[in-house]
Amino acid sequence: MSTLAQQIVLGILIGGLYGLAAAGLSLVFGVLKVLNVAHGELIMLGGYAAFWSVALLGVDPFGSLALVAPLALLAGVVLYGALFGFVVRANEETREKNSLLIGFGLALVLHASAVRLWTADERSIVTPYGGAVISLGGLSIPVVRLLSLLLAFAIIGGLQLLLTHWRWGKAIRATADDWQAALLTGIDVRRAYLLAFAIGTGLAGAAGVLVTVSYSVSPSIGLEWTLKALIVVVLAGLGSMIGTFVGGILLGVAEALSAAAFGGPYREVVGLVLFVVVLCARPRGLFGR
Amino acid sequence: MRVLHGVALSVDPGEIVALLGGNGAGKSTLLNCIAGLLAPRAGTILWEGQDLARVRAHEIVERGLAMVPEGRRLFAGMTVQEHLDLGAFTPRARAVRQASLERVFALFPLLQERRRQVVRALSGGQQQMVAIGRALMSNPRLLVLDEPSLGIAPRLVRTILAALAEINRSGVAVLLVEQNVQAALALAHRAYVLESGWITLEGPAAAMLSNEHVRRAYLGPLATRA
Repeated sequence: MSTLAQQIVLGILIGGLYGLAAAGLSLVFGVLKVLNVAHGELIMLGGYAAFWSVALLGVDPFGSLALVAPLALLAGVVLYGALFGFVVRANEETREKNSLLIGFGLALVLHASAVRLWTADERSIVTPYGGAVISLGGLSIPVVRLLSLLLAFAIIGGLQLLLTHWRWGKAIRATADDWQAALLTGIDVRRAYLLAFAIGTGLAGAAGVLVTVSYSVSPSIGLEWTLKALIVVVLAGLGSMIGTFVGGILLGVAEALSAAAFGGPYREVVGLVLFVVVLCARPRGLFGR
Repeated sequence: MRVLHGVALSVDPGEIVALLGGNGAGKSTLLNCIAGLLAPRAGTILWEGQDLARVRAHEIVERGLAMVPEGRRLFAGMTVQEHLDLGAFTPRARAVRQASLERVFALFPLLQERRRQVVRALSGGQQQMVAIGRALMSNPRLLVLDEPSLGIAPRLVRTILAALAEINRSGVAVLLVEQNVQAALALAHRAYVLESGWITLEGPAAAMLSNEHVRRAYLGPLATRA
Protein backbone atom coordinates (compact mmCIF):
# COMPACT_ATOMS: atom_id res chain seq x y z
CA MET A 1 0.00 0.00 0.00
CA SER A 2 2.72 2.41 0.93
CA THR A 3 4.53 1.69 -2.35
CA LEU A 4 1.31 2.59 -4.16
CA ALA A 5 1.07 5.86 -2.23
CA GLN A 6 4.71 6.49 -3.03
CA GLN A 7 4.02 5.90 -6.73
CA ILE A 8 1.13 8.36 -6.61
CA VAL A 9 3.32 10.99 -5.00
CA LEU A 10 5.94 10.55 -7.71
CA GLY A 11 3.15 10.72 -10.30
CA ILE A 12 1.95 14.04 -8.91
CA LEU A 13 5.51 15.37 -8.93
CA ILE A 14 6.10 14.57 -12.60
CA GLY A 15 2.51 15.50 -13.46
CA GLY A 16 3.19 19.11 -12.57
CA LEU A 17 5.86 19.15 -15.24
CA TYR A 18 3.47 17.55 -17.72
CA GLY A 19 1.12 20.41 -16.94
CA LEU A 20 3.79 23.04 -17.48
CA ALA A 21 4.90 21.37 -20.71
CA ALA A 22 1.31 21.32 -21.91
CA ALA A 23 0.59 24.95 -20.97
CA GLY A 24 2.86 26.32 -23.67
CA LEU A 25 1.50 23.97 -26.32
CA SER A 26 -2.06 24.77 -25.27
CA LEU A 27 -1.48 28.53 -25.41
CA VAL A 28 0.04 28.39 -28.89
CA PHE A 29 -2.61 26.00 -30.20
CA GLY A 30 -5.47 27.91 -28.62
CA VAL A 31 -4.39 31.31 -29.89
CA LEU A 32 -2.65 30.67 -33.22
CA LYS A 33 -4.55 27.44 -34.10
CA VAL A 34 -1.11 26.08 -34.86
CA LEU A 35 0.00 22.75 -33.43
CA ASN A 36 3.69 23.10 -32.72
CA VAL A 37 4.91 19.50 -32.77
CA ALA A 38 8.42 20.79 -32.06
CA HIS A 39 7.29 21.88 -28.60
CA GLY A 40 9.09 18.95 -26.97
CA GLU A 41 12.30 19.85 -28.80
CA LEU A 42 12.00 23.37 -27.40
CA ILE A 43 11.73 21.78 -23.95
CA MET A 44 14.84 19.76 -24.76
CA LEU A 45 16.71 22.91 -25.76
CA GLY A 46 15.62 24.58 -22.53
CA GLY A 47 17.02 21.58 -20.70
CA TYR A 48 20.40 21.91 -22.40
CA ALA A 49 20.43 25.63 -21.75
CA ALA A 50 19.96 24.86 -18.06
CA PHE A 51 22.61 22.13 -18.14
CA TRP A 52 25.20 24.38 -19.74
CA SER A 53 24.49 27.42 -17.65
CA VAL A 54 25.02 25.29 -14.55
CA ALA A 55 28.10 23.60 -15.99
CA LEU A 56 29.75 26.65 -17.52
CA LEU A 57 28.49 29.61 -15.52
CA GLY A 58 28.03 27.80 -12.26
CA VAL A 59 24.60 29.24 -11.56
CA ASP A 60 22.17 27.49 -9.26
CA PRO A 61 20.13 24.87 -11.19
CA PHE A 62 16.81 26.51 -10.32
CA GLY A 63 18.38 29.95 -10.71
CA SER A 64 19.08 29.11 -14.34
CA LEU A 65 15.32 29.59 -14.89
CA ALA A 66 15.87 33.34 -14.70
CA LEU A 67 18.34 33.03 -17.56
CA VAL A 68 16.75 30.35 -19.70
CA ALA A 69 13.13 31.50 -19.66
CA PRO A 70 13.86 34.99 -21.07
CA LEU A 71 16.21 33.44 -23.64
CA ALA A 72 13.49 31.02 -24.68
CA LEU A 73 11.05 33.94 -24.94
CA LEU A 74 13.43 35.65 -27.35
CA ALA A 75 13.93 32.41 -29.26
CA GLY A 76 10.15 32.30 -29.60
CA VAL A 77 10.13 35.75 -31.17
CA VAL A 78 12.80 34.66 -33.66
CA LEU A 79 11.06 31.36 -34.47
CA TYR A 80 7.76 33.13 -34.98
CA GLY A 81 9.34 35.69 -37.26
CA ALA A 82 11.25 33.09 -39.26
CA LEU A 83 8.77 30.21 -39.49
CA PHE A 84 5.32 30.58 -37.98
CA GLY A 85 4.51 34.18 -38.82
CA PHE A 86 3.83 33.20 -42.42
CA VAL A 87 1.61 30.28 -41.54
CA VAL A 88 -0.89 32.29 -39.53
CA ARG A 89 -1.72 34.43 -42.54
CA ALA A 90 -3.32 31.41 -44.21
CA ASN A 91 -6.83 30.20 -43.43
CA GLU A 92 -7.24 27.80 -40.56
CA GLU A 93 -7.14 24.53 -42.47
CA THR A 94 -3.98 25.43 -44.39
CA ARG A 95 -2.59 26.72 -41.13
CA GLU A 96 -2.91 23.38 -39.36
CA LYS A 97 -1.40 21.42 -42.26
CA ASN A 98 1.51 23.79 -42.84
CA SER A 99 2.25 24.18 -39.17
CA LEU A 100 2.50 20.41 -38.80
CA LEU A 101 5.04 20.26 -41.63
CA ILE A 102 7.03 23.15 -40.22
CA GLY A 103 6.84 21.69 -36.73
CA PHE A 104 8.08 18.26 -37.80
CA GLY A 105 10.85 19.82 -39.82
CA LEU A 106 11.88 21.99 -36.92
CA ALA A 107 11.76 19.01 -34.55
CA LEU A 108 14.05 16.97 -36.81
CA VAL A 109 16.51 19.82 -37.24
CA LEU A 110 16.65 20.57 -33.52
CA HIS A 111 17.00 16.91 -32.59
CA ALA A 112 19.80 16.30 -35.10
CA SER A 113 21.59 19.50 -34.10
CA ALA A 114 21.41 18.56 -30.44
CA VAL A 115 22.91 15.12 -31.14
CA ARG A 116 25.67 16.70 -33.20
CA LEU A 117 26.46 19.42 -30.67
CA TRP A 118 26.07 17.55 -27.42
CA THR A 119 26.08 13.82 -28.37
CA ALA A 120 23.17 11.50 -27.71
CA ASP A 121 24.21 10.94 -24.08
CA GLU A 122 21.81 11.56 -21.27
CA ARG A 123 22.89 14.38 -18.98
CA SER A 124 21.70 15.39 -15.61
CA ILE A 125 22.52 18.18 -13.24
CA VAL A 126 24.18 17.31 -9.98
CA THR A 127 23.07 19.64 -7.22
CA PRO A 128 24.33 19.93 -3.66
CA TYR A 129 20.78 19.36 -2.45
CA GLY A 130 20.05 16.74 -5.11
CA GLY A 131 19.80 13.79 -2.78
CA ALA A 132 17.69 15.52 -0.14
CA VAL A 133 14.45 13.78 0.66
CA ILE A 134 11.57 14.79 2.89
CA SER A 135 10.10 11.87 4.78
CA LEU A 136 6.43 12.19 5.54
CA GLY A 137 4.48 9.34 7.13
CA GLY A 138 6.44 6.66 5.35
CA LEU A 139 6.52 8.55 2.05
CA SER A 140 9.71 10.04 0.74
CA ILE A 141 9.50 13.16 -1.35
CA PRO A 142 12.59 14.22 -3.29
CA VAL A 143 13.18 17.89 -2.51
CA VAL A 144 14.29 18.82 -6.01
CA ARG A 145 11.16 17.39 -7.60
CA LEU A 146 8.96 19.04 -5.00
CA LEU A 147 10.60 22.39 -5.70
CA SER A 148 10.06 21.81 -9.42
CA LEU A 149 6.38 21.11 -8.87
CA LEU A 150 5.98 24.25 -6.79
CA LEU A 151 7.83 26.35 -9.36
CA ALA A 152 5.74 24.87 -12.17
CA PHE A 153 2.60 25.78 -10.25
CA ALA A 154 3.90 29.30 -9.59
CA ILE A 155 4.67 29.78 -13.29
CA ILE A 156 1.21 28.57 -14.31
CA GLY A 157 -0.35 30.85 -11.70
CA GLY A 158 1.68 33.78 -13.01
CA LEU A 159 0.60 32.97 -16.54
CA GLN A 160 -3.04 32.86 -15.48
CA LEU A 161 -2.67 36.29 -13.85
CA LEU A 162 -1.00 37.62 -16.98
CA LEU A 163 -3.84 36.36 -19.15
CA THR A 164 -6.55 37.82 -16.94
CA HIS A 165 -5.02 41.13 -15.85
CA TRP A 166 -2.49 42.31 -18.42
CA ARG A 167 -3.95 44.33 -21.30
CA TRP A 168 -2.28 42.13 -23.91
CA GLY A 169 -3.16 39.05 -21.88
CA LYS A 170 -6.82 39.88 -22.34
CA ALA A 171 -6.12 40.59 -26.00
CA ILE A 172 -4.53 37.14 -26.35
CA ARG A 173 -7.62 35.51 -24.80
CA ALA A 174 -9.90 37.51 -27.08
CA THR A 175 -7.85 36.49 -30.12
CA ALA A 176 -8.00 32.83 -29.06
CA ASP A 177 -11.77 33.03 -28.80
CA ASP A 178 -12.60 34.96 -31.99
CA TRP A 179 -9.77 36.61 -33.90
CA GLN A 180 -12.08 38.55 -36.19
CA ALA A 181 -13.99 40.04 -33.29
CA ALA A 182 -10.62 40.83 -31.70
CA LEU A 183 -9.59 42.71 -34.86
CA LEU A 184 -12.86 44.65 -34.81
CA THR A 185 -12.11 45.57 -31.20
CA GLY A 186 -8.89 47.20 -32.37
CA ILE A 187 -6.49 44.45 -31.31
CA ASP A 188 -3.46 43.87 -33.52
CA VAL A 189 -4.08 40.15 -33.81
CA ARG A 190 -0.68 39.41 -35.32
CA ARG A 191 1.00 40.93 -32.32
CA ALA A 192 -1.19 38.79 -30.08
CA TYR A 193 -0.01 35.75 -32.08
CA LEU A 194 3.61 36.78 -31.67
CA LEU A 195 3.22 37.32 -27.92
CA ALA A 196 1.40 34.02 -27.43
CA PHE A 197 4.04 32.13 -29.40
CA ALA A 198 6.88 33.80 -27.49
CA ILE A 199 5.24 33.06 -24.14
CA GLY A 200 4.58 29.48 -25.24
CA THR A 201 8.25 29.05 -26.13
CA GLY A 202 9.26 30.67 -22.85
CA LEU A 203 7.09 28.13 -21.03
CA ALA A 204 8.76 25.32 -22.97
CA GLY A 205 12.15 26.67 -21.90
CA ALA A 206 11.06 26.84 -18.27
CA ALA A 207 9.67 23.31 -18.45
CA GLY A 208 12.97 22.15 -19.94
CA VAL A 209 14.88 23.59 -16.99
CA LEU A 210 12.68 21.86 -14.43
CA VAL A 211 12.72 18.56 -16.33
CA THR A 212 16.51 18.58 -16.50
CA VAL A 213 16.97 19.59 -12.88
CA SER A 214 14.54 16.94 -11.64
CA TYR A 215 15.31 14.17 -14.12
CA SER A 216 17.68 14.39 -17.07
CA VAL A 217 17.97 15.61 -20.63
CA SER A 218 19.01 14.00 -23.88
CA PRO A 219 18.41 14.99 -27.50
CA SER A 220 15.67 12.36 -27.84
CA ILE A 221 13.33 13.52 -25.06
CA GLY A 222 11.56 15.93 -27.40
CA LEU A 223 9.01 13.59 -28.96
CA GLU A 224 8.16 12.09 -25.59
CA TRP A 225 7.39 15.51 -24.12
CA THR A 226 5.43 16.65 -27.15
CA LEU A 227 3.32 13.52 -26.74
CA LYS A 228 2.77 14.09 -23.02
CA ALA A 229 1.87 17.71 -23.63
CA LEU A 230 -0.54 16.74 -26.40
CA ILE A 231 -2.26 14.16 -24.18
CA VAL A 232 -2.66 16.75 -21.44
CA VAL A 233 -4.05 19.34 -23.86
CA VAL A 234 -6.66 16.85 -25.07
CA LEU A 235 -7.33 15.73 -21.51
CA ALA A 236 -7.77 19.23 -20.10
CA GLY A 237 -9.13 21.09 -23.11
CA LEU A 238 -8.26 24.60 -24.18
CA GLY A 239 -8.98 27.79 -22.34
CA SER A 240 -7.85 27.28 -18.76
CA MET A 241 -4.21 27.19 -17.69
CA ILE A 242 -5.08 25.92 -14.21
CA GLY A 243 -7.13 23.19 -15.89
CA THR A 244 -4.09 22.27 -17.96
CA PHE A 245 -1.98 22.01 -14.83
CA VAL A 246 -4.56 19.78 -13.15
CA GLY A 247 -4.72 17.71 -16.35
CA GLY A 248 -0.96 17.21 -16.17
CA ILE A 249 -1.17 15.97 -12.61
CA LEU A 250 -4.03 13.63 -13.57
CA LEU A 251 -1.87 12.14 -16.30
CA GLY A 252 1.07 11.75 -13.90
CA VAL A 253 -1.11 9.96 -11.35
CA ALA A 254 -2.78 7.78 -14.00
CA GLU A 255 0.63 6.71 -15.28
CA ALA A 256 1.82 5.94 -11.76
CA LEU A 257 -1.30 3.87 -11.05
CA SER A 258 -0.98 1.90 -14.25
CA ALA A 259 2.71 1.26 -13.63
CA ALA A 260 1.76 -0.06 -10.21
CA ALA A 261 -1.09 -2.19 -11.55
CA PHE A 262 0.36 -3.58 -14.78
CA GLY A 263 4.08 -2.93 -14.36
CA GLY A 264 6.40 -0.23 -15.57
CA PRO A 265 6.30 -0.99 -19.31
CA TYR A 266 2.57 -0.11 -19.42
CA ARG A 267 3.08 3.38 -17.99
CA GLU A 268 2.89 5.06 -21.40
CA VAL A 269 0.00 2.98 -22.66
CA VAL A 270 -2.44 4.30 -20.11
CA GLY A 271 -1.74 7.88 -21.12
CA LEU A 272 -2.61 7.06 -24.71
CA VAL A 273 -5.71 5.12 -23.68
CA LEU A 274 -6.83 8.13 -21.61
CA PHE A 275 -6.22 10.29 -24.68
CA VAL A 276 -8.55 8.16 -26.81
CA VAL A 277 -11.20 7.81 -24.11
CA VAL A 278 -11.37 11.55 -23.46
CA LEU A 279 -11.42 12.27 -27.20
CA CYS A 280 -14.43 9.99 -27.57
CA ALA A 281 -16.31 10.93 -24.43
CA ARG A 282 -15.47 14.62 -24.06
CA PRO A 283 -13.86 16.01 -27.23
CA ARG A 284 -13.52 19.42 -25.61
CA GLY A 285 -11.53 18.02 -22.73
CA LEU A 286 -12.34 17.81 -19.05
CA PHE A 287 -12.07 21.55 -18.41
CA GLY A 288 -12.48 22.89 -21.95
CA ARG A 289 -15.22 25.28 -22.99
CA MET B 1 -16.26 34.92 -56.17
CA ARG B 2 -17.32 38.41 -57.03
CA VAL B 3 -20.08 39.54 -54.71
CA LEU B 4 -20.08 43.31 -55.06
CA HIS B 5 -20.28 45.11 -58.39
CA GLY B 6 -21.51 48.64 -58.67
CA VAL B 7 -21.39 50.03 -55.15
CA ALA B 8 -21.21 53.74 -54.53
CA LEU B 9 -22.18 54.50 -50.98
CA SER B 10 -21.35 57.41 -48.74
CA VAL B 11 -22.06 58.36 -45.16
CA ASP B 12 -21.72 61.98 -44.10
CA PRO B 13 -20.70 63.05 -40.60
CA GLY B 14 -23.61 62.88 -38.19
CA GLU B 15 -25.80 60.88 -40.55
CA ILE B 16 -27.71 57.61 -40.08
CA VAL B 17 -27.68 55.58 -43.28
CA ALA B 18 -29.60 52.33 -43.69
CA LEU B 19 -28.44 49.65 -46.10
CA LEU B 20 -31.29 47.41 -47.24
CA GLY B 21 -31.25 44.24 -49.26
CA GLY B 22 -32.27 40.61 -49.20
CA ASN B 23 -30.22 37.61 -48.14
CA GLY B 24 -27.11 37.20 -50.25
CA ALA B 25 -27.28 40.71 -51.67
CA GLY B 26 -23.78 41.39 -50.40
CA LYS B 27 -24.55 43.59 -47.38
CA SER B 28 -22.29 41.74 -44.97
CA THR B 29 -19.55 41.49 -47.59
CA LEU B 30 -19.71 45.24 -48.04
CA LEU B 31 -19.57 45.92 -44.31
CA ASN B 32 -16.67 43.47 -43.87
CA CYS B 33 -14.77 45.31 -46.60
CA ILE B 34 -15.37 48.62 -44.87
CA ALA B 35 -14.22 47.25 -41.51
CA GLY B 36 -11.13 45.66 -43.05
CA LEU B 37 -11.98 42.00 -42.46
CA LEU B 38 -12.07 41.52 -46.23
CA ALA B 39 -9.80 43.24 -48.74
CA PRO B 40 -11.67 44.43 -51.84
CA ARG B 41 -10.12 43.28 -55.12
CA ALA B 42 -10.87 46.59 -56.74
CA GLY B 43 -12.24 49.97 -55.80
CA THR B 44 -11.59 52.35 -52.96
CA ILE B 45 -13.00 52.88 -49.51
CA LEU B 46 -12.41 56.49 -48.59
CA TRP B 47 -12.42 57.50 -44.96
CA GLU B 48 -11.67 61.12 -44.10
CA GLY B 49 -9.72 61.45 -47.34
CA GLN B 50 -7.67 58.25 -47.07
CA ASP B 51 -8.12 54.87 -48.75
CA LEU B 52 -8.89 52.11 -46.26
CA ALA B 53 -8.77 49.26 -48.77
CA ARG B 54 -5.30 48.10 -47.65
CA VAL B 55 -5.42 49.25 -44.04
CA ARG B 56 -5.52 46.45 -41.46
CA ALA B 57 -8.72 46.08 -39.47
CA HIS B 58 -7.37 47.07 -36.06
CA GLU B 59 -5.92 50.28 -37.51
CA ILE B 60 -9.30 51.13 -39.00
CA VAL B 61 -10.71 51.01 -35.46
CA GLU B 62 -7.94 53.34 -34.33
CA ARG B 63 -8.93 55.76 -37.09
CA GLY B 64 -12.45 56.04 -35.72
CA LEU B 65 -14.52 53.47 -37.60
CA ALA B 66 -16.01 50.69 -35.50
CA MET B 67 -18.22 47.76 -36.50
CA VAL B 68 -20.67 45.71 -34.47
CA PRO B 69 -20.57 42.40 -36.35
CA GLU B 70 -23.52 40.19 -37.16
CA GLY B 71 -24.28 37.77 -34.33
CA ARG B 72 -22.55 40.06 -31.81
CA ARG B 73 -19.37 37.92 -31.68
CA LEU B 74 -18.69 38.41 -27.98
CA PHE B 75 -15.80 36.69 -26.19
CA ALA B 76 -17.51 33.74 -24.54
CA GLY B 77 -15.70 33.50 -21.23
CA MET B 78 -15.36 37.20 -20.50
CA THR B 79 -17.37 39.54 -18.33
CA VAL B 80 -19.19 42.66 -19.48
CA GLN B 81 -16.46 44.79 -17.94
CA GLU B 82 -13.71 42.89 -19.77
CA HIS B 83 -15.48 43.49 -23.07
CA LEU B 84 -15.68 47.20 -22.39
CA ASP B 85 -12.02 47.31 -21.30
CA LEU B 86 -10.98 45.56 -24.50
CA GLY B 87 -13.18 47.94 -26.48
CA ALA B 88 -10.87 50.78 -25.49
CA PHE B 89 -7.78 48.90 -26.67
CA THR B 90 -6.39 51.37 -29.20
CA PRO B 91 -4.24 54.27 -27.89
CA ARG B 92 -6.74 56.94 -28.95
CA ALA B 93 -9.58 55.13 -27.18
CA ARG B 94 -7.53 54.41 -24.06
CA ALA B 95 -6.93 58.10 -23.53
CA VAL B 96 -10.68 58.71 -23.08
CA ARG B 97 -11.54 55.35 -21.57
CA GLN B 98 -13.25 56.66 -18.44
CA ALA B 99 -15.48 59.08 -20.34
CA SER B 100 -16.41 56.37 -22.83
CA LEU B 101 -17.28 54.01 -20.00
CA GLU B 102 -19.60 56.58 -18.44
CA ARG B 103 -21.19 57.16 -21.82
CA VAL B 104 -21.86 53.44 -22.34
CA PHE B 105 -23.28 53.04 -18.84
CA ALA B 106 -25.51 56.09 -19.36
CA LEU B 107 -26.77 54.57 -22.59
CA PHE B 108 -27.24 51.05 -21.17
CA PRO B 109 -27.59 51.29 -17.36
CA LEU B 110 -28.16 47.55 -17.29
CA LEU B 111 -24.55 46.94 -18.31
CA GLN B 112 -23.34 48.75 -15.23
CA GLU B 113 -25.45 46.46 -13.04
CA ARG B 114 -24.25 43.38 -14.85
CA ARG B 115 -20.67 44.40 -15.42
CA ARG B 116 -19.21 41.52 -13.42
CA GLN B 117 -21.29 38.90 -15.21
CA VAL B 118 -19.90 36.63 -17.87
CA VAL B 119 -21.66 37.52 -21.12
CA ARG B 120 -22.80 33.94 -21.69
CA ALA B 121 -25.32 34.47 -18.90
CA LEU B 122 -26.97 37.44 -20.66
CA SER B 123 -29.95 37.42 -23.01
CA GLY B 124 -29.51 38.11 -26.70
CA GLY B 125 -30.59 41.72 -26.34
CA GLN B 126 -28.29 42.32 -23.41
CA GLN B 127 -25.44 40.76 -25.36
CA GLN B 128 -26.19 43.15 -28.20
CA MET B 129 -25.84 46.03 -25.73
CA VAL B 130 -22.42 44.66 -24.78
CA ALA B 131 -21.44 44.42 -28.44
CA ILE B 132 -22.51 48.02 -29.09
CA GLY B 133 -20.86 49.14 -25.86
CA ARG B 134 -17.62 47.44 -26.84
CA ALA B 135 -17.65 49.22 -30.20
CA LEU B 136 -18.48 52.57 -28.59
CA MET B 137 -15.53 52.22 -26.22
CA SER B 138 -13.25 52.67 -29.24
CA ASN B 139 -14.66 56.21 -29.47
CA PRO B 140 -15.74 55.95 -33.11
CA ARG B 141 -16.92 58.68 -35.46
CA LEU B 142 -18.70 56.09 -37.60
CA LEU B 143 -20.48 53.10 -36.11
CA VAL B 144 -21.31 50.28 -38.52
CA LEU B 145 -23.88 47.72 -37.39
CA ASP B 146 -24.68 44.42 -39.08
CA GLU B 147 -28.18 43.21 -38.16
CA PRO B 148 -28.27 44.44 -34.57
CA SER B 149 -31.83 43.19 -34.00
CA LEU B 150 -31.21 39.62 -35.19
CA GLY B 151 -32.54 37.12 -32.66
CA ILE B 152 -33.53 39.69 -30.08
CA ALA B 153 -36.82 40.12 -28.21
CA PRO B 154 -38.95 42.92 -29.77
CA ARG B 155 -38.95 45.01 -26.59
CA LEU B 156 -35.15 45.06 -26.57
CA VAL B 157 -35.03 45.82 -30.30
CA ARG B 158 -36.76 49.14 -29.52
CA THR B 159 -34.22 49.82 -26.76
CA ILE B 160 -31.34 49.08 -29.10
CA LEU B 161 -32.70 51.26 -31.92
CA ALA B 162 -33.41 54.09 -29.50
CA ALA B 163 -29.83 53.80 -28.28
CA LEU B 164 -28.60 54.11 -31.87
CA ALA B 165 -30.57 57.34 -32.25
CA GLU B 166 -29.04 58.57 -29.00
CA ILE B 167 -25.53 57.62 -30.13
CA ASN B 168 -26.14 59.48 -33.37
CA ARG B 169 -27.31 62.59 -31.50
CA SER B 170 -23.93 62.64 -29.75
CA GLY B 171 -22.31 63.12 -33.16
CA VAL B 172 -21.53 59.60 -34.31
CA ALA B 173 -22.49 58.68 -37.86
CA VAL B 174 -24.25 55.33 -38.21
CA LEU B 175 -24.32 52.84 -41.08
CA LEU B 176 -26.97 50.25 -40.38
CA VAL B 177 -27.88 46.95 -41.99
CA GLU B 178 -31.18 45.85 -40.57
CA GLN B 179 -33.79 43.19 -41.35
CA ASN B 180 -36.48 45.24 -39.72
CA VAL B 181 -36.76 47.61 -42.69
CA GLN B 182 -39.64 49.63 -41.31
CA ALA B 183 -37.75 50.44 -38.11
CA ALA B 184 -34.50 51.05 -39.97
CA LEU B 185 -36.13 53.56 -42.31
CA ALA B 186 -37.88 55.27 -39.42
CA LEU B 187 -34.47 55.79 -37.81
CA ALA B 188 -32.32 56.60 -40.84
CA HIS B 189 -31.84 59.84 -42.72
CA ARG B 190 -30.95 58.15 -45.99
CA ALA B 191 -31.01 54.61 -47.32
CA TYR B 192 -29.53 52.45 -50.04
CA VAL B 193 -30.91 49.26 -51.53
CA LEU B 194 -28.32 46.62 -52.43
CA GLU B 195 -29.44 43.81 -54.76
CA SER B 196 -27.11 41.07 -56.08
CA GLY B 197 -24.13 43.28 -55.44
CA TRP B 198 -25.49 46.39 -57.10
CA ILE B 199 -26.84 49.52 -55.48
CA THR B 200 -30.23 49.74 -57.19
CA LEU B 201 -31.82 52.54 -55.26
CA GLU B 202 -30.84 55.35 -52.96
CA GLY B 203 -32.53 58.31 -51.40
CA PRO B 204 -33.97 59.89 -48.26
CA ALA B 205 -35.38 57.30 -45.87
CA ALA B 206 -38.84 58.88 -45.93
CA ALA B 207 -38.99 58.57 -49.71
CA MET B 208 -37.93 54.93 -49.48
CA LEU B 209 -40.85 54.19 -47.20
CA SER B 210 -43.27 55.21 -49.90
CA ASN B 211 -41.28 53.71 -52.79
CA GLU B 212 -43.33 51.06 -54.54
CA HIS B 213 -40.40 48.67 -55.11
CA VAL B 214 -39.17 48.93 -51.54
CA ARG B 215 -42.67 48.41 -50.19
CA ARG B 216 -43.20 45.32 -52.29
CA ALA B 217 -39.77 43.76 -51.83
CA TYR B 218 -38.90 44.61 -48.24
CA LEU B 219 -41.92 45.96 -46.40
CA GLY B 220 -44.66 43.57 -47.54
CA PRO B 221 -44.85 41.09 -44.67
CA LEU B 222 -43.71 43.59 -42.06
CA ALA B 223 -46.13 46.28 -43.18
CA THR B 224 -49.07 43.95 -42.84
CA ARG B 225 -47.85 42.80 -39.45
CA ALA B 226 -47.53 46.37 -38.22
